[in-house]
Amino acid sequence: MSQDIFVVIEHLRGKVADISYVMLAAARVIAQATGGQVVAALLGHNAQELAGNLAADRVLYVEHPALADFTSAAYQTVLESLLREHAPRAALLGDTSIGGDVAAWLAARLSWPLVSSCRSVSAEGAVIRFVSQTCGGKIMAEGDLPGPCALVMIVPGGYKPEQGQSAQTPQVTSAAAPPLEGLRVAVDNYVEPDTSDVDISREPILVSVGRGIQTLDSIGLVEELARALGCPVCASRPIVDQGWLPTTRLVGKSGKVVKPRLYLALGISGAPEHVEGMGESEMIIAVNTDPAAPIFNVAKYGATVDLFDLAPALTEKIQEARRQRGTHHGAASS
Amino acid sequence: MDIAVVVKLVPDLVEELAIDESGAALDTSYLRLIVNELDNHAVEQAILLKESAGGQVTVIAPDLEGVDDILFTAAAKGADRLIKLTGAMSGVNNYALSNSLAAIIREIKPHLVLTGVQANNDLDGSVGPRLAALLGMAYVGYVSGVTPANDSVKVRKEYSGGLVAQVAVRLPAVLGIQAAGKPPRYVPISKIRQMSKTARIKDQPAGDLDAGNGAAVKHMFKPEMGTHATMIEGEADEVADRLIAIFKEQDIL
Ligand SMILES: Cc1cc2nc3c(=O)[nH]c(=O)nc-3n(C[C@H](O)[C@H](O)[C@H](O)COP(=O)(O)OP(=O)(O)OC[C@H]3O[C@@H](n4cnc5c(N)ncnc54)[C@H](O)[C@@H]3O)c2cc1C
Repeated sequence: MSQDIFVVIEHLRGKVADISYVMLAAARVIAQATGGQVVAALLGHNAQELAGNLAADRVLYVEHPALADFTSAAYQTVLESLLREHAPRAALLGDTSIGGDVAAWLAARLSWPLVSSCRSVSAEGAVIRFVSQTCGGKIMAEGDLPGPCALVMIVPGGYKPEQGQSAQTPQVTSAAAPPLEGLRVAVDNYVEPDTSDVDISREPILVSVGRGIQTLDSIGLVEELARALGCPVCASRPIVDQGWLPTTRLVGKSGKVVKPRLYLALGISGAPEHVEGMGESEMIIAVNTDPAAPIFNVAKYGATVDLFDLAPALTEKIQEARRQRGTHHGAASS
Repeated sequence: MDIAVVVKLVPDLVEELAIDESGAALDTSYLRLIVNELDNHAVEQAILLKESAGGQVTVIAPDLEGVDDILFTAAAKGADRLIKLTGAMSGVNNYALSNSLAAIIREIKPHLVLTGVQANNDLDGSVGPRLAALLGMAYVGYVSGVTPANDSVKVRKEYSGGLVAQVAVRLPAVLGIQAAGKPPRYVPISKIRQMSKTARIKDQPAGDLDAGNGAAVKHMFKPEMGTHATMIEGEADEVADRLIAIFKEQDIL
């Protein structure tokens, strides 16, 4: 057992994911208290240069052709052997499509405790405290990280990616991969995101709709409002899963990250997976009948009125304002 | 292809949530439980696979308030067997749940185990990967769509930004479902009621529900309201007027 903090670096198709830097920042907080090192575990094939800007004390690089793409099977096998051998105080993984495929599997195999949805960590002497978000961001749960070794799944939001980046290239040592034959999971190919639709990440104004809209027929209300504002409609996941809007309009963890000047959220609760995609918008205005909806924690302005009342009223007033401006301009020029 | 689907019940987030006297858990006396939405997608995906490739679908859920309706709904959609995991299931963590589930699934010997990729109250990771480790099966999560292919399945695995990987997974396997290939079907209440008369739910004792070394929550609290929005009061019409003023200030109108 050591006091080191391991971070499993997430990368896909040659790019390190932001969550990796967020984890390095969290790991630094713990390592400063335990007196251990921050060790980045980088798994890949010809991927050593990805170590370049990781804010780690050292990087353990595992090279193998079977690690060219992320697969659960290969990562599970490599990480189980690596963690057994090094037994760090904590190993951090992303609460993501990559970390999610391996963390709880490792917890069961290694019989290590696991804390998920962890947003921030703090340490006092040997005690490491975690704060996790639960219940769609409505509740936070806090506790001490059990030992002697533990796994932690990190969600974004607690640290900025820049905090986990360094101008200095860390020391890289190679670690041998365990045998990786007969793996039961393989990537056939990637399907690129559809680019034929508007790119919502480039739009200055967005009207966004969530499950509060209830039916497909009512989407028209929101579309009219968007038309009046001259912007596209985007949505939360349930709307897209229902097929009411195309996936190109999805905002959040599994969709696009948007930072418009105005993000008008109608009937969206503000689950962490949604906020991940819009929390950095310049101005968020939220309309939600539930005063305890987490969306109000990221919004600048909020109202608890019914969207079925607000959307048509607002559409009309926008049209009216435009008409007035139109006649006003018209009058001035004539 | 025989499929076992694991369904969890989770707090309905539309309801107000309260923290109990211990300060470390939700107050269950106020809690309304609903089926985990992603598990609902897992049920749908199982039924879609049954329709295209045949086989039996077994749905397993812990004995919590409302579970019978959830199981009968699954039967109305086409599930063949319903199992209720009995025991002190309230507040059970995924460590304990996975251990009991693994024992049952070992007996069913399905080709595929489907479950939602996560639940809104998971604090020690999700059930799927734990089950895979305990059962010695492959695991892939964040799956939105499954197609059978001989001794394997082809799945769509989602990454952020809309990127999808087409992944081949050899059976037997556990999949963490993010979305079914099609939106979950609707079943009329009358059909569910009918199922509640004809379908049988098998009670299966969960056995030892040792919480093991799961996350030890000491304290729960509602997130900081420090950055809370400025609330605009009044009826929709007044709110709309204020928003127009804000749009004008911001040069949006
Ligand atoms: C791995 C993973 C990835 C995910 N990725 C994403 C993602 O990329 N994007 C995403 O959005 N979600 C994502 N989710 C889902 C996310 O967890 C939430 O379930 C989702 O964001 C909820 O959408 P919602 O706010 O529209 O619905 P709900 O949470 O159901 O909220 C509906 C809201 O509407 C309000 N409401 C109801 N009626 C009215 C009315 N008449 N007027 C006004 N308000 C009303 C309610 O008070 C409620 O707050 C992901 C989940 C997982 C597990």
